Amino acid sequence: MLHVAGLNAWYGESHILQGVEFTVAEGEVVTLLGRNGAGKSTTLKSIMGLVASRSGSAKFRGVETVGMRSDRIARAGVALCPEERGIFAGLNVTENLLLPPVVAPGGLDLDTLYTLFPNLKERARSQGTRLSGGEQQMLAIARILRTGARLLMLDEPTEGLAPVIVQQIGRTIREIKQRGFTVLLVEQNFRFAATVADRHYVMEHGRVIDMIPNAELASSMDKLHDYLGV
Amino acid sequence: MIMIFGKPLMLLYGQLTLGLINGSFYALLSLGLAVIFGLLNIINFAHGALFMLGAFVTWGLLQYLGIGYWAALVIAPLVLGVFGVVLERFLIRRLYGLDHLYGLLLTFGCALVIEGLMRNNFGSSGVPYAIPSALQGPLNLGFMVLPRYRAWVVLAAAAMCLVTWLLIERTRLGATLRAATENAPLVQAFGVNVPRLITLTYGAGCALAAFAGVLAAPMNSVNPNMGSNLIIVVFATVVIGGMGSILGSIITGFGLGIIEGITKVYYPEGSATVVFVVMVIVLLLRPAGLFGKAA
Repeated sequence: MLHVAGLNAWYGESHILQGVEFTVAEGEVVTLLGRNGAGKSTTLKSIMGLVASRSGSAKFRGVETVGMRSDRIARAGVALCPEERGIFAGLNVTENLLLPPVVAPGGLDLDTLYTLFPNLKERARSQGTRLSGGEQQMLAIARILRTGARLLMLDEPTEGLAPVIVQQIGRTIREIKQRGFTVLLVEQNFRFAATVADRHYVMEHGRVIDMIPNAELASSMDKLHDYLGV
Repeated sequence: MIMIFGKPLMLLYGQLTLGLINGSFYALLSLGLAVIFGLLNIINFAHGALFMLGAFVTWGLLQYLGIGYWAALVIAPLVLGVFGVVLERFLIRRLYGLDHLYGLLLTFGCALVIEGLMRNNFGSSGVPYAIPSALQGPLNLGFMVLPRYRAWVVLAAAAMCLVTWLLIERTRLGATLRAATENAPLVQAFGVNVPRLITLTYGAGCALAAFAGVLAAPMNSVNPNMGSNLIIVVFATVVIGGMGSILGSIITGFGLGIIEGITKVYYPEGSATVVFVVMVIVLLLRPAGLFGKAA
């Protein structure tokens, strides 16, 4: 579904991504692991078209997205849940939820979303940024589930959240995988990643340096500790 | 005769009404400026020129095509809306990567060019435009009598402000606009064509200025300077209300008009400067404006 090859990205003069290569198959949950600054978030942003300066190739369903404008990439069926969550202060919860236009049929309807995230219904009229961190993350995920995008890119959805919320996000990711969505997940927390993902790519210095199937994660612990420095 | 603080009540009523009318124009024009500033982050110095063009289009429609006031109320905003779209698409868009100052300079230059061309063609004294027959004559409110047209201006301006506010605060399109004001790249990454949204927003802001221009056409003469005379006070309104605040522009616009009117009764010499005195005080106490959010 997603083929990334030789992807480069720059912020000004800094060469952040230096030939990133990986693939994600339809229906998979794949994580990008790596230390801070390895280029994980930049990879997601580059695929989404949010990094102005990029080269190489990122094909989504065979269509080259490098060089496309971000709204076109979104219309093709790619959605990003950004690390900072991107909840709009000027919009209430419902407005935030309904903001992204539907790009294809097959998204979850409001009733389903409210079943998955009951808090969002209770707080429908609240200002988006008045929600707790966990609720904001739920809102940020629910928002892109509605649009019918088939590839969902989640940037550190568990960062800074209480364990009970992290579990709820884990359940949500497994639920959306069951519904046939494809998920590309950036995580620092590989213990969490192990509970949801099929495969893991490890990034370092703007490159993908290894791929570990989830089944081999336990036997690769030494290697992984080495990569991530934990 | 009833006196209020030593002044005749009728005089106070008269100046308050005049203040409300001026306030209508401040509100309509600063509203357009606020919408444009919110999304494009440029201070649209061409706003006064667009207001003036709105009045001239109204005049031209009658003069050359025999199209009257009521149709002009729709046609002139459409014409200037399209003009704004062209302006944004071919000139302003080139400056988005640069400092906001360049947008200000460009639109200021556009205003000078437009006003110069109009002065060259029509002279400085301007051309007359008659009040539509349905709105001629006095209107007796019981406690005072005022020209029917002036009452119409206040009502039409207030209605347009309300419609604009509802559109921005209560619709999906408005929510998208507010979101893009906060974080345009993310809104675009959700699949919204933000460049087109920006173009249309600028066009809508210009159309609002033109609507005010149509309302102004029968009030005094339609002349090339009518925009630049007004726009300085409108900028003060925007600063006082808070850059980019929709509700702030509306309330401040009407409020300043009323303050001006009251000043004309009690201290006529100060009426031309009172707005700027308020502006200085607001800037000292609340630099972000009365309704603005601190950056």
